[in-house]
Amino acid sequence: MNSQRAAWLFLTPALLVLGVFFLLPVIAALALSLTDYDLYALANIHNLRFVALQNYWALLHQPLFWSALGHTVYFVAVGVPLSMGTSLSAALLLNSPLARCKPFFRTALFAPVVTTVVAVAVIWRYLFNTKYGMANFVLADLGIHPVDWLGDPHWAMPTIILFAVWKNFGYNMIIFLAGLQAIPADLYEAARIDGASARQQFRHITLPMLGPTLLMVSILTVSGYFQLFAEPYVMTEGGPLQSTTSVLYLMYDEGFKWWNLGSASAVAFLLFIIMFAVTVLMLKLARRENDGEPA
Amino acid sequence: MSPRLAKALINGLLLGGTVVALFPLLWMLSVSFMQPGEAGVLPPPLLPAHATLGNYRELFVHAGMGRYLLNSLAVASAITVLSLAFNLLAGYAFAKLRFAGRERLFQALIGALVIPAQVAMLPLFLLLKYMGLVNSYAGVIVPGMATVFGIFLVRQYARGIPDELLEAARIDGAGEWRIFGQIVLPLLKPIMVTLAIFSFLAAWNDFMWPLIVLTGQEHYTLPIGLASLAREHAQDSELMMAGSVITVLPVIVLFLAMQRYYLEGLLLGSVKG
Repeated sequence: MNSQRAAWLFLTPALLVLGVFFLLPVIAALALSLTDYDLYALANIHNLRFVALQNYWALLHQPLFWSALGHTVYFVAVGVPLSMGTSLSAALLLNSPLARCKPFFRTALFAPVVTTVVAVAVIWRYLFNTKYGMANFVLADLGIHPVDWLGDPHWAMPTIILFAVWKNFGYNMIIFLAGLQAIPADLYEAARIDGASARQQFRHITLPMLGPTLLMVSILTVSGYFQLFAEPYVMTEGGPLQSTTSVLYLMYDEGFKWWNLGSASAVAFLLFIIMFAVTVLMLKLARRENDGEPA
Repeated sequence: MSPRLAKALINGLLLGGTVVALFPLLWMLSVSFMQPGEAGVLPPPLLPAHATLGNYRELFVHAGMGRYLLNSLAVASAITVLSLAFNLLAGYAFAKLRFAGRERLFQALIGALVIPAQVAMLPLFLLLKYMGLVNSYAGVIVPGMATVFGIFLVRQYARGIPDELLEAARIDGAGEWRIFGQIVLPLLKPIMVTLAIFSFLAAWNDFMWPLIVLTGQEHYTLPIGLASLAREHAQDSELMMAGSVITVLPVIVLFLAMQRYYLEGLLLGSVKG
């Protein structure tokens, strides 16, 4: 058997799975989004009609889509910087030569990452219970009035953001920690001899050396946060007053509650287009930043 | 700032962060042993007054939690074994076997990573419906049998295998399957462990796809069963905490036991540039 044939034999199972269960459905989703596939078509395929871009057109005129997009963008715009800031702070603390018991702290801070979203969302629902929750109990000690965390449309999304930061920051913390450890120590040594303060060292050594890692992590985190679904599903069921209905939540409801698979596919594609555009924008901005910096 | 003050500040902050990270998990464990209604008072109790296993008994005897646990174990194990086999074969082929269009095909796979998995979910549901796999274990397992991430991870690692080793075996007349089984696989052992943990944890924690494809309780995995219980029993905090413990404990234990491999994989997988 020659190596060319062996290669294709080795590749076939994986490519078959990815082709049939991912690539094909993605293409089908594009086709589906151009039809009125609904409960009637599900019962009898002859009820299916081609409607061109009508699903997209209808969505763009639907307040529910815009509000779902707004909630998702809110979650991304506040959640990602908060999450990455927490990760970076934790990594800087862990990387400090003054920190003790580093392996213990690292494991403990990372633990929430491996937990199951549904299970820990259930815990948070009780911690943030208006009447008996630990959060309001602690706030009351500080003299702050109880907050209706998950029942108030203004507070539900911030509560979900706090939850997401708690659950996810450990992941990026590990990546940042590895990035920090890769910065040569003599750079800091030289800066110290030149009399640079800790803040200056961070600004002129740590941040630039961490640049590529920061860019990669922010792109991955943004695309992860755009896929918000399980948190509102368990914690708020998209409420109150649909204030935590995300784009994917809308897609799920549209597709698997109302069986409007055509319109739901259009929602999925719009989300994909938005995520793609944001990724490209971030890469462009990063490139411009690099060009602007004197070498 | 004096070094002693800085040291106290840094370790104090780390300790505070650790308390925030672990408190919800420890509180979950404590409340799961409380009597029904015990946690619903002010101030919230930290420890059970009379520890009981009643919530666990209730979950296993009446709520079908044992079934969900077995379902989760079966589904996550099957996905782990199958995806490990398929990803190892493909990752090795991309790293070490020469064939026309290798780089372009690999680039296309990596490019596909920008497409969120949810885009495929609606047609995938229809496809599995026509195949008769909706509401079956296979419906959850089949789409997870190969992952671009896994192939990427194996390829990165397998590139470190020296070509001379494989060439020497070929000159000795060994077939490609024998080379893979007897030379390559033993060398890939560390990445196999890493990938196995990753796949198992991801499959265990997966929510959206099982929620879509599993329509009957008898096939529910733990996250789906727990989410449905949480909607029915919203007020029974003690019962729900026990359910969360059953769901989270296996993955936490697995992570603690295999931490080194898991964190290595996380870093290997993130160096995409």
